[in-house]
Amino acid sequence: MSIKLALRNLLGAGLRTWLNVIVLSFSYVIIIWYQGLIDGWNVQARRDMIAWEIAQGQYWHEAYDSYDPFTLEDSHGSIPDNLAGGNVAPILITQGTIYPEGRIQGVILKGIAKDQQVLRLPTDRLIKENGEIPVLVGKRMATNNKLKEGDYLTLRWRDSNGTFDATEVRIAGIFSTDVPSVDQGNVWLTLEDLQQMTQSEGEATLIVSGSESLNNMNISGWDFKSMDFLLADLDQIIKQKSVGGSIMYILLLLLAMLAIFDTQILSIFRRQKEIGTFIALGMTRKQVVKLFTIEGGMNSVLAALVGAVYGVPLLIMQYKVGYAMPYEPDDFGIAISEVIYPSYSLGLILGTIIIVMLTATIVSYIPARKIAKMNPTDAIKGKIQ
Amino acid sequence: MKNILTGFLFVSTISFAQYPDGSELLEKIDENMSSDSRIFTSTMVIHGRRGSRNIESKTWSEGDNNSYTEYLAPAREKGTKMLKLEDLLWMYSPSTDRTIKISGHMLRQSVMGSDLSYEDMLDDKKMQESYDAVVNAEEDFNGASCWVIDLKAKTDDLAYDSRKIWVDKEKYIPMKQDLFAKSGKLLKRMEMSDVVRVQGRWYPRKMTFKDMLKDGKGTEFVVTEIQFDVPIPDDLLNKGSLKK
Repeated sequence: MSIKLALRNLLGAGLRTWLNVIVLSFSYVIIIWYQGLIDGWNVQARRDMIAWEIAQGQYWHEAYDSYDPFTLEDSHGSIPDNLAGGNVAPILITQGTIYPEGRIQGVILKGIAKDQQVLRLPTDRLIKENGEIPVLVGKRMATNNKLKEGDYLTLRWRDSNGTFDATEVRIAGIFSTDVPSVDQGNVWLTLEDLQQMTQSEGEATLIVSGSESLNNMNISGWDFKSMDFLLADLDQIIKQKSVGGSIMYILLLLLAMLAIFDTQILSIFRRQKEIGTFIALGMTRKQVVKLFTIEGGMNSVLAALVGAVYGVPLLIMQYKVGYAMPYEPDDFGIAISEVIYPSYSLGLILGTIIIVMLTATIVSYIPARKIAKMNPTDAIKGKIQ
Repeated sequence: MKNILTGFLFVSTISFAQYPDGSELLEKIDENMSSDSRIFTSTMVIHGRRGSRNIESKTWSEGDNNSYTEYLAPAREKGTKMLKLEDLLWMYSPSTDRTIKISGHMLRQSVMGSDLSYEDMLDDKKMQESYDAVVNAEEDFNGASCWVIDLKAKTDDLAYDSRKIWVDKEKYIPMKQDLFAKSGKLLKRMEMSDVVRVQGRWYPRKMTFKDMLKDGKGTEFVVTEIQFDVPIPDDLLNKGSLKK
């Protein structure tokens, strides 16, 4: 009975109710859209990083520090026997210099087995012709340095003794990836070529595992890095983005809640005679408080319905078309594709509805508590209390 | 046929005999270019894409291994000091009031955006100790008659596997040096000019360093004033002097 009465009162308030409902419906749609976008990015970034860089985990040479290129000189060793030949991709890493268009640019040289199947890198394109060294570069690297497939590039590096060497290498392929750490500033060669160039035969800096059965082995001189460890930076960024986004939701919710709160205060003030009559007719004060709380809380139910009317088609469209990033994704140095497809989980939708409804109900209850202290006779008379 | 071969061998022997011993030439270069101590002021002219920058400095050096440099201009670099003791290098920056040791890969970085790396600055080994030398030709360079010497590294831990130098026949100054990668690709070129007589020895006042794989005019190093074999204050060549 309370619900029926509350709905009738609410609809009876007309424009005031619909303004509240519309503002609140924005909260629903924007929270679901933004969080869906963040979740979509997370799903895509994890998928891409696993496919292009991490696979099932990596074994790092004990001296290797991915944040310190100065360790590269000493962080390589013989590929362990229990990993060699398995479903792994050993990678040898060293520093080098390229000279695109007469400019000098430091790069990271990465040697990877041509026939590897662990990472999505198109290493099968590293085909040697006329004794030239074939290399692969990413699309961003190629664009920034105006490189095309078939171009020749001067490459300078140092061998294991520190002696300079230089040669012309051929761009055998340009690949497109959303993982900048595989693309930006990287030149990929065959493992054999780089080992020969640096006199590091049979050695690698890290070994990418392509099978869970190879993980967590205790190998002297090598440390296993799990997928969670390798994705920790991404998780941290996603978490920060979520927190950043929640500030927006809080502001939006505050706006809606302020409107509901004001409406409740006004209702209680203007409907004193009505409250007095309810009590005089036999309703307890608690029942009247409940009625007013349901009335305020019902704003969120109406908002969910209104939000669904325009939000569902909008969110579905966004899911299908995706959200084009308005800036260069590689500016961040983390995996972001040019178009992000949001991911709306049931948990996200239900969670948002529950949060908004709960908040609206609490905000409605706070002013309604005043009713409990009203004197019914004065209320019927319309005396201000 | 036998006569032709004999003639060829004779001519080869004659022409080979015309050239001095490469090792002796390197010894003379090392003698001329090295001194017990020296104090000099210099200007480094770094040519970049957006123009040129001049960096003035004063250096006190003892033997070939120890030196102390203080930058005098421009204002941005003024007060920066660099100390080199054997194969160690420290740099003091007045803006941070900190001394940092330049080691490992940092040595491969460019010195103030020039074509010179810190490692190039540390490369003070006498050429005779590092390279086998063979005189292969004689050519004129910048008006000076020069021996052309091919140098091949004696050990496999030198930055440059081979060099080609043009040595002034009379002044024993390497007027031009080409530095090669292991593959034989030309990496850097150094040219010396403005040779003057200072305290009984010939000395090039201007040196130009050029990374040959990169566009640009390279970096010039002009010695404006130099004194050889002068006493260096004892307290200058130690880390404590950097913060003074």
